[in-house]
Amino acid sequence: MSEHLPSAGLAPVIVGAGPAGIRAAEQLVAAGLRPVVVDEAARWGGQIYRQPPDGGFTRPKNALYGFEAGKADAVHRAMAAIRDRVDYRPRTLVWNCEAGALDLLCDGASEALPFSHLILATGATDRVLPFPGWTLPGVFTLGGSQVALKFQGCAIGRRVAFLGTGPLLYLVAYQYLKAGVEVTGVFDTTPFAVQARATAGMLRDPATLAKGLLYVGWLRAHGVPIHNGVRPVRAEGTERVDALVWRDARGQERRTDCDAVAFGLGLRSETQLADLAGCRFRFDEADRAWLPERDGAGRSSVPGVYLAGDGSGIAGADAAELAGERAALALLEDLGRPVEAARVKELDGRLARIAAFRRSLSAAFPFPADWADAIADDTMICRCEGITAGAVREVARSGQAREMNRAKALTRAGMGRCQGRMCGATTAELLSRTLGTGPDGVGRLRAQPPIKPLPVSAGAQRREVA
Amino acid sequence: MALLQRVAEQGRRVVRFTLDGRPVEALEGDTVMTAMLTNAERLRRTEFADSPRAGFCMMGACQDCWVRTEEGERLRACGTFIADGMRLLSGGEWTS
Repeated sequence: MSEHLPSAGLAPVIVGAGPAGIRAAEQLVAAGLRPVVVDEAARWGGQIYRQPPDGGFTRPKNALYGFEAGKADAVHRAMAAIRDRVDYRPRTLVWNCEAGALDLLCDGASEALPFSHLILATGATDRVLPFPGWTLPGVFTLGGSQVALKFQGCAIGRRVAFLGTGPLLYLVAYQYLKAGVEVTGVFDTTPFAVQARATAGMLRDPATLAKGLLYVGWLRAHGVPIHNGVRPVRAEGTERVDALVWRDARGQERRTDCDAVAFGLGLRSETQLADLAGCRFRFDEADRAWLPERDGAGRSSVPGVYLAGDGSGIAGADAAELAGERAALALLEDLGRPVEAARVKELDGRLARIAAFRRSLSAAFPFPADWADAIADDTMICRCEGITAGAVREVARSGQAREMNRAKALTRAGMGRCQGRMCGATTAELLSRTLGTGPDGVGRLRAQPPIKPLPVSAGAQRREVA
Repeated sequence: MALLQRVAEQGRRVVRFTLDGRPVEALEGDTVMTAMLTNAERLRRTEFADSPRAGFCMMGACQDCWVRTEEGERLRACGTFIADGMRLLSGGEWTS
């Protein structure tokens, strides 16, 4: 009995059932523990290996996940194999973390879950910057466009433009083309010369590079125009998008008819729970974001709290699997359990190699730092409450706000329902560029519980377990 | 007319619901978002700009896809599955 319980008599808790969370759970189960796995989705897999809903969906895994079908299947099977030995909580939102307990919401009911050891594998969503028309129906994130296809068998439109940068830009465009959707163009913000230069570094991982080149080759072979060094001018339309107006690398304004735009500029980590857990943060140059500190094993600055996967720094699904396993081994070491030193060494080596490759990938798809300067004052930066770029610049120029939280208090950017998930990067860029600081010079938005909207009935019912 | 286009998985059971009072169909396993946007071009109009919205991230982060039912309940459309007899509204936050 006590075999299942670590020091404080509580089961270890894992938040997130993607590649990191599942591999972490697998290790804890192998050590004889029975972890709690809490996940917001109805089925395990995370976003990258998201499974279709139960009932009536028939596409095989190679149709859903392409070259990654083997990995997706292995991750799904790993969780299926331990299903009876974990306390699995699907469809459950973790909305707070304080005083050694998580607050959960499942089917409208709130519950407190005390923990002594916690692995946060919270994942990531698309990073975005605004452009006029980005709130029109038909403009979706790249990740969302992929979810529509994978999870629902739907395309976001009949004629789709792909805008932004990052590996997902080409992958999702390729997946749409394969699904029979017209791809009206790939509009990459990265100049061609920058991408060509970075290709050498990507030779560290020839298989991944080869896949990327295959997507590009496939798109070109099917007549899809690929434009580099693009900046969006606006999405046009009244009730829905009907064209993307963009500026080419030579500065010429051009127009492409489309009925949907898939858009994203790489990924951003979901760090709110790490923040509420009290983890120390540092500014990460590669991700251009504040991230919870973690050592090579995944230990945060808070004893008993571990971090794994894209939720604490973007490194992709393969790294997430390894980091999940590594964090679980760190947790077991900290409980005084024996862990296999050779396996630890192997994981550390593979994680280091992926980190080096990721640096090359960031160089190939850099964040378009000048974008923020081109955002007109009347452009809406906040989808939740319609706050403009001008409002943020004004509180910076007038000296009222020199950091993110003051700007939030004065403008409400970051205060709406998304809590800055969609506008946070923009607000940081606008503030830092108006104030003339580096991107690390304006601090970070503090997380506030509940980290996602709750029904009042759930919030009113406070935890009963001390 | 429809914003989302079905390109696969069309052999599922039909689910019947109403959208702004109009009887329409979706498929079992559709989210409320898919069910609405394969029948219409928006999920709601925003309370701040009265502009149409149809969601954005589809993974529960952006909070742009909240919709109302005729009973006054609020649903996050990307994370809620459609069910027979649902009565959904796309008119606006304060009107309809």
